[in-house]
Formats: sequence, structure tokens, C-alpha cells
Amino acid sequence: MIETQQEQRQITYREAMRSAIRKAMLEDERVFLMGEDVGHYGGCFAVSQGLLKEFGSERIRDTPLSESAFVGAGIGAAMGGMLPIVEIMTVNFSLLALDQILNNAATLLHMSGGQLNVPLVIRMATGGGKQLAAQHSHSLEGWYAHIPGIKVLTPATIPDALGMLGAALRDPDPVLIFENATLYNHSGIFPENDDPVDISQAKVMRQGKDLTIATYGASLHKVMEASSQLADEDIETEVIDLRVLRPLDDATLMASLRKNHRMMIVDEGWRSGSISAEISARLTEQAFYDLDAPIERLCSAEVPMPYAKHLEDAALPQVESIVKTAKSFLKQYG
Amino acid sequence: MASADSLHNHKLMKPKSTQEKQNRAPEKKPINQKHARHLLHQMLRIRRFEERSAEMYTKLKIRGFLHLYIGEEAVAVGVTEALTSEDAVIATYREHGHALAKGMSADAIMAEMYGKQEGCSRGRGGSMHLFDASLRFYGGNAIVGGGLPVAAGLALSDKMQQRKRLTCCFFGEGAMAEGEFHETMNLCALWQLPVLFVCENNAYAMGTALKLSESVVDLAEKAKGYGVQASSVDGMDVLAVEKAATQAAQFVRKRHQPYFLECQTYRFRAHSMFDAELYRTKTEVATWKKKDPISMFIRHLKDHKLITDKMIGELEDKVAEEVQAAVDFAEQGTLEPVEDLTRFVYSETRSS
Repeated sequence: MIETQQEQRQITYREAMRSAIRKAMLEDERVFLMGEDVGHYGGCFAVSQGLLKEFGSERIRDTPLSESAFVGAGIGAAMGGMLPIVEIMTVNFSLLALDQILNNAATLLHMSGGQLNVPLVIRMATGGGKQLAAQHSHSLEGWYAHIPGIKVLTPATIPDALGMLGAALRDPDPVLIFENATLYNHSGIFPENDDPVDISQAKVMRQGKDLTIATYGASLHKVMEASSQLADEDIETEVIDLRVLRPLDDATLMASLRKNHRMMIVDEGWRSGSISAEISARLTEQAFYDLDAPIERLCSAEVPMPYAKHLEDAALPQVESIVKTAKSFLKQYG
Repeated sequence: MASADSLHNHKLMKPKSTQEKQNRAPEKKPINQKHARHLLHQMLRIRRFEERSAEMYTKLKIRGFLHLYIGEEAVAVGVTEALTSEDAVIATYREHGHALAKGMSADAIMAEMYGKQEGCSRGRGGSMHLFDASLRFYGGNAIVGGGLPVAAGLALSDKMQQRKRLTCCFFGEGAMAEGEFHETMNLCALWQLPVLFVCENNAYAMGTALKLSESVVDLAEKAKGYGVQASSVDGMDVLAVEKAATQAAQFVRKRHQPYFLECQTYRFRAHSMFDAELYRTKTEVATWKKKDPISMFIRHLKDHKLITDKMIGELEDKVAEEVQAAVDFAEQGTLEPVEDLTRFVYSETRSS
């Protein structure tokens, strides 16, 4: 049976990302990777280990610590006919390149009246949970999702780690891929194939009738675990992996809300002005009369991420807090 | 008050007599008449187009920011002579001159500033964001320094695809205080990217004099610090600019390395249409106007009997006709339907 064969092939998220880069580079000679320490070091999170040896320094380019210059160079190279994958070590560092991402990558197509598209892919690590403190741990993907002109992907699963990059490279516009750093060691079954996947829709990961929980990135795995625990107490939750933060897949969210009438959003970003705030607003605007309760949100605490483990744990959504929040929500509104 | 020559604080500008001898190569070997007229024609096109743009601004036909290049025409015209149609150009928000020199029609530029859909960017960019992909004119970048990394990327794509062409990147001296300048110089020198960097040093970053914003005012030295070959030229002398840019472009093409060319020039008009010019004196402006690149070039051509008043009159008539046609074209242009507002946020067709 196919299932038996799949069980024999486990792969980590890190290996899946590496495999996706490798596959893209083998398939199209216009694809190249550049970023800090992607070559000789093998990538800050070891994603590109071995690729320099295989593809050489022309296509696996170590860059100076110049985020703005190498992201801008990615934009120019994309306009010049290449398909660059630019790696930024962490989302916090991407702020040094925000001028290029917002003022150029996201803007050039519109500002030029449709003449200049930018087929650029930018990958970066995001999120907390590794005790890296307040300059390496934030989740700003929801912030990037504010910007028209770019697409924002948050692969949380092995199939998406394998298939989103290829889809992003086929997209004619700039795509940002946020890889939660706590996921690199996550392992799972190698899927039927590693072809490019859809990058326009959210995905229902678990069916349930009592409450829908929408989430993305590393929180997906916490929500799935919380759902199992809730199921032990006969609470059936439906779990949606948002997958794409821009453009948001309203249809999948509305369909689930219309079925379950109760929605909770788990978001590793800060609560104020977050993607969860945007989703909540859309649900209210588009499905107000289907709501049986206010929309519940569980987000990161509004503090710069602290170093100490107990404080960091307390700042992030956790399985326990998800279970607790869901139960108290259902107790009040169930 | 700073004298005209001391503004750039640079050895090139003084003493004037020596410098003029150095850069006025045609003293001995006059340029051919056709080419001389072409250069003058190009500078006049920019000058008259912008004078008319200012007029249409005061008539409220053009809005937003309008940054005039008047006084700096010799730079765009001289440098463009060193480029081929295959070379890319990326410029700043003061880019009408570069766009005209690279081959964009006055019609498309004027219509753009009128906000009409017949404009080069369908009215989405305005004066600061002129684009023409078919001419490899990549803007029109209004973030100071923001065009430099993109220029590096265009050159990187050429290098990786083994194309022979270069990318020419114009920016003001104000950009040299930005991190993007320094990051890009380093990257281009490190990766040996074919970029011709043209610094248009007009002595003021908006209203801040060079010496108030830079610890080292010899700008070529900064580029040399990154291992980039660099030189400076009198940006008011179109022949000197053309010669220096041609040599610089040859260096980039032959050596597959970046080159930094500083063109020392001066903006005769205000920074934009909202500028009381409190930071400089009228005497200073008047002194610089004596070095007007167009008047100086005409004088030079007359000295060498390469042009007559009749010929100049003919050129002026031709330019006036072109500018009037551009205004007519813009006036007759149409507004894009508001229903199209959200077009071009994402591509409508998939790339190959």
C-alpha cells in the first residue's frame, strides 16, 4: 500500500526546504540563492547545507551583511530575467531591507503602470521559542501581510515546505516565505509528490463541529495537539491552517464559521493590528449573522520577546493556553 | 557665502582655468557639427520641456512634486551618449532629463505628469516615477539611494546571463550619506558588477550643503575606498561629461567592474515647487548661472564656428514644436477609469 511506503520516508522541515531549493535550481537555471551565510556556512539554520558544493558560488551566493543591498539586488536581478531566492536570516533583520521590500518590490508593478513585475522570492526565519530574545524572535509576517503587491506564505507542514517554494517561484510577483524557526526540526511523512502546491487557499486540517480554530506557522502544531486533548473531553474542534496570509482565503474561513458559528484565532504575532485582528474584522463584516459568539483571539503577549524560558513560554501561545482558552470560551458561549 | 567653485569643495573645480583646459578636449580637435547639434538639441529639449512643465504646474495641470533638472542637463545628455540602447538606466525623482535622453517621448512624460493613462506609467507614477521597460528605463526612484541596490541586481542578472550590457545608475550626492550607497558600492566591487554609477553632485541634498552632510567631501574618494575606480568631471560641460562617461563606460564593459563618476553640477531652480531657497544666496545662483551648460556650449560651438544663430533658432523651433505637441497630447489624454484603480497590484498574466 502507498501508505506503508510513505511511512518509510520521513523528512524534516529543514530537509524539505533544502529539497525544494535544490529541485527548483535543477529545474531552472535562472534560479539562484543569495543571502548571508547561505554558502560556506550552509545557512544560519542549515537549510542550504551542501548546496554550495553542488551548485557552485555563482548560484549559491554568500552576501555581505547588507540586507538592503542584497534584497534590492534580488529585485533588480528578477527584473533582469533571473529567478532569485533571497534568504534573510530572520524577520527582524528584514527590517533593514524594508525600503526595498515595500518601496520597490511591492510597488514597482503598480508604479510603472503594469510594466515591471518582480518575480522575486524572499525566505526568512520567523517566530520565537528558541530563547533568542527581543531581536531574533518576533513574528512580523502579519505586518508584511498589510502590504499590497506582495504575497505572504507561512508553510507549516512538510508538503508546504516542499511545495510552496516552487509555487512562489512560478508566481510573477514578489512572494515572502516565513519559516518558523522552531519548525526546522519538525519531521513528517514525505507526501505523494513534492510538486508545487496551491498558494491561494487555506486548508482544513481537522474537521470538528464545536469550534473552529484558525492559525498558521508553528502554532498550527500546537493547535493540532490542543485539538487532540480537547477531543479527549468530547470537544470537537475544526482546525484551519491559513497557509497564506496575503491574500487571505476568506472563503475557507467563512465556510467554516457558517458551519460551526464559533471562531478562535491563534496568532504568534502581537495582538494589536495583527493578522488575527484582520481576520476577526473580515468575519464580522462578512458573516456577522452566522456568529453565535464573539471571535476569540489568542496572540503573543505585547512585549518584546524576553530571553528567560519561562517568560518566553508565557509570551507565546502554547498548547495549554490554547486548550484553556478554548474551554473557557465554550463554557461561556457554547 | 560660498563661491561657485568652493561649493563642491573639490580640487577639480579650482583653479578653473587649468580644469577647463583639461576637460575641454575639443580645443584642438573640434567635434563634428552633426554631433554638436545633437548634443545641443538634447539639452534644449530637456530645458524647454521643463520650463513648460513648471508653467503647467503653476496652471495646476501638473501636481504633486515636480523636481526640475534645469542647470544639470549636461550630465544626463553627456552620460547617455556613452550608453547603448541595450544598457539599463535607473535614475532619481529628478529624472525628466534622463528619460528624454534615453529616448522616452515628451508626449508620454507630459501625459504622465498630467495623470493621464497615455502617460508612460499610465498616470500611476507622476513626475517622480517615469518608466519605460522597452527602453530599459527603470525609473524614477524617489527614495534617495533606493535605486542603487536595484541597479546592482540588474547588472548581476546581466553578469549571470553573460550579457555584455551595463546598468547606468544616476543619483545625487545626498544619496552618498545613505547606507544603501555604501552597501551597494561594496557589493558591486566585491561581485564585479557592470554598473556605471553617476553621482550628480549639485552641492545640496535638498537644502543641506555638502559640507553640512558629509565628513569627507571628496566624493570619488569614498567610492575608491570600496575598490571602485572613480573620477570627477565638470558636470556643466557636456563634452567633458561625454568624454569622461565614455571612458568610464568602456572601463565597465572591458573590465567587468563598476565605475563611479562624479559630475559636479548645480541646480538652477528650487529643489521642488515648494522651496523658498533659504539655504543659498541669489548671488551664488547667479554665479553658477554663468556656467549654464547650454550657454557655455553654444559659446564654445560659436567659437569654433560650428553653429550659427540661424541653426540655433531652427533647433529652438523644433524643440518648441515637440514641447507644444507634448502639451497637446497630455491635454487630449484620457483618465483611466476608476474601476481600474486596483489593477497592477499583482500581475495580470503569468511570466514565462
